[in-house]
Amino acid sequence: MLARRIIPCLDCDLGVPGGRVVKGIEFKQIRYAGIPWELAGKYYEDGADEIVFLDITASHERRETMVSVIKKTSESVFVPLAVGGGIKTVAEAREVFNAGADKITVNTSALKRPELISEIADRYGNQAVVVAIDAKRRYALEDGRQIIETPQGPCWFECSYYGGREFTGIDAIAWAKRAQSLGAGEILLTSMDRDGTYDGFDIPLTDAVAKRVRIPVIASGGCASPEHMREVFQRTDASAALAASIFHFGEWNIGNVKEFLKERGVNVRV
Amino acid sequence: MIAIVDYGMGNLFSIYNALNRVSGDPKIIGDPESLASADGIVVPGVGAFGRCMDRLSRFEGSLLQAFAEGTPMLGICIGLQVLFEQSEESPGSKGLGWIKGNVVRLPEGVMIPQMGWNSLSIVRPVEMLEGIAEGDMFYFVHSYYGVPTDKSVVSATTHHGVDVTAAIAKDNLFATQFHPEKSGVKGLKILENFVRSTRC
Repeated sequence: MLARRIIPCLDCDLGVPGGRVVKGIEFKQIRYAGIPWELAGKYYEDGADEIVFLDITASHERRETMVSVIKKTSESVFVPLAVGGGIKTVAEAREVFNAGADKITVNTSALKRPELISEIADRYGNQAVVVAIDAKRRYALEDGRQIIETPQGPCWFECSYYGGREFTGIDAIAWAKRAQSLGAGEILLTSMDRDGTYDGFDIPLTDAVAKRVRIPVIASGGCASPEHMREVFQRTDASAALAASIFHFGEWNIGNVKEFLKERGVNVRV
Repeated sequence: MIAIVDYGMGNLFSIYNALNRVSGDPKIIGDPESLASADGIVVPGVGAFGRCMDRLSRFEGSLLQAFAEGTPMLGICIGLQVLFEQSEESPGSKGLGWIKGNVVRLPEGVMIPQMGWNSLSIVRPVEMLEGIAEGDMFYFVHSYYGVPTDKSVVSATTHHGVDVTAAIAKDNLFATQFHPEKSGVKGLKILENFVRSTRC
């Protein structure tokens, strides 16, 4: 049986020479967690099942820095690497794959031009394309939307893009299904309502998407404790849980999170 | 020197870096003649069976000769599947046929592709699995799997809806459906076993 995966996410600021992992923003000051490949190496040693790198600056001119980060990481990290942020074409994806990435993550570019999913999948295989969806609850119900019951009342989920700065009007559940039919191999599903709150994953959202697609769903947004991971794995069909700050702050490491989950009956690789 | 056969399918950095990590002296080889001087040969592969076979065909003679001469060989993922006679993925394409049997699609009702970490059941302990225990997990990405006519070539299986061939051993040939180069320390252990076998 496939194990549930634990995936640390490295949000990278590539404007700094060599790149830095962003830990968070406090009083408008960016706080850095470390050098991307060093942190990736630590998470690998701790037992990460996969590592996601996101270029938060998502700019073309910084792709070279991302390429060097991936090259450096793949010399010493032997689990799958996924890379995202600003990839708009197969040619741009190729640069990242050639550096050693196993998967690329697309979000805004796929919402603007959905064929991008098929183009990358045709060349590199479905397993190489992760479609990231940033979903926000909308309690004003509209016809034609996938309505989901939540403890806070019925809602639908709207996709946002440009890093959560703009909204698309697109139903996130419908988009997940379409992404699958276009050839996506995985959905990285982030709850914008929970992201940064430390309140745990959005269970109704994760459950709704995981039930409606056949491809793996990675739950993201809101994780602050191993208990949140237990909850998302035992209450939904999520294949993986993604988290950043829980690992960056050092209170929990991937090893003891997995022990915690295993003791509670979650099938993880330890 | 361990030759990584470069037939234009997928990135070879991961396997190159992993072999380097276990002191394997890897070299990416795009010229079939150069395989003759290799102490070991790795056949990697991603993509579709038919396309892989089209591109691998120019290496077929050199690979067969190395196999017959006893050079240790390691097939990974599609590099395992191409050892069979044919695949449901690409009807009409002929595989290398070193292992009798066919490659078939994973059953309906399970997640396809199987993508993620799954545990091994060791059916037949072989040198390449030294240091690997029952239940150790490896990283799989595939939609098809090999079904050999002669079950005795299977050294490990995994379970994904059905029992799936995870590793095959035949004479100097070893092949895995999973990716040892993406399977953490356990994967590196298998590569280390392979490197050791090239030095005997």
